[in-house]
Amino acid sequence: MKYFKFLIIGVFFGIVLFKSEAVSWYRIYEMFRFQSFHMYGIIGTAIATGVIFLQISKKQHFKNLFGLEINVPKKESGFIRYIVGGIIFGLGWALVGACPGPMYILVGAGVYSMIIVILAALLGTLIYGAVKDKLPH
Amino acid sequence: MEYILNPWPWYVSGPLIAFVMAMLLYFGKTFAMSSNLATMCSMAGAGKIIDFFKADWKEKKWNLIVILGALIGGFIAKNYLSVETNTNLNVKTIGELSELGFNNPGKSIVPDEFFGFDAISSPYGLLILIIGGILIGFGTRYAGGCTSGHAITGLSSLQKPSLVAVVGFFIGGLIMTNFILPYIL
Repeated sequence: MKYFKFLIIGVFFGIVLFKSEAVSWYRIYEMFRFQSFHMYGIIGTAIATGVIFLQISKKQHFKNLFGLEINVPKKESGFIRYIVGGIIFGLGWALVGACPGPMYILVGAGVYSMIIVILAALLGTLIYGAVKDKLPH
Repeated sequence: MEYILNPWPWYVSGPLIAFVMAMLLYFGKTFAMSSNLATMCSMAGAGKIIDFFKADWKEKKWNLIVILGALIGGFIAKNYLSVETNTNLNVKTIGELSELGFNNPGKSIVPDEFFGFDAISSPYGLLILIIGGILIGFGTRYAGGCTSGHAITGLSSLQKPSLVAVVGFFIGGLIMTNFILPYIL
């Protein structure tokens, strides 16, 4: 039962991303060609709603389930890792048209060849872990 | 019902994604999908060889449950909450993609040219998916997050590192779509 709520959140997330076409390879292509507002609209309104929620939450001291104030962990400071890592991810995102959430949603929707991408992404994560200390961050 | 069966407009979907973020925060977690990849590496025992994966994956089991849910959500949305419909792409996009050799752009959710049986049974097609996957796995861990962790959560909480990462996502995406994709198809 402890995990049931996370399953429900996941199901909801999967339905929303599928129904919004954010899992469509074509929508990602269109976004990076600046030929449609659709993806910008989704990401933009998600961020705008998120900003409003977090600002209100901060002012009103919203508590989480455990009675602690809602808090987004701070990202470590740095520049190189964010820009270089970001570019590398962006290249992959635009190539296969999916990021680490949609990959699974698409498998559920019957795009089984996405399993290859998931396995390769696991390999990419492993490679990062192995060479992490040699990279500038 | 028609509203549910047709594709959802962006102004409905965006706020619902923010709702997912808010729910995860309420349950004491964060909205960061790419962490599931590192969790799976830890679970498979990668921590024995690579220190980075030494984390206690049981603590992070919840993010594997979220992606399991996402997979089920994809199944439900595709099979029970959708009607056969083409993605309403820009006519220009359709024209461009046809010129690049795509058949019926937008007819399915992903192009057969990348994900169809013919594509994945050729070494070249397979290599494209593998390279794409490696870039996603490596890039998200290096940047410490993906679209959910940086673009949605990080920007919603006004964090500068996330802005840098999102600028990176777009530089990478623009390079791939505009300067590489036309030559590899």
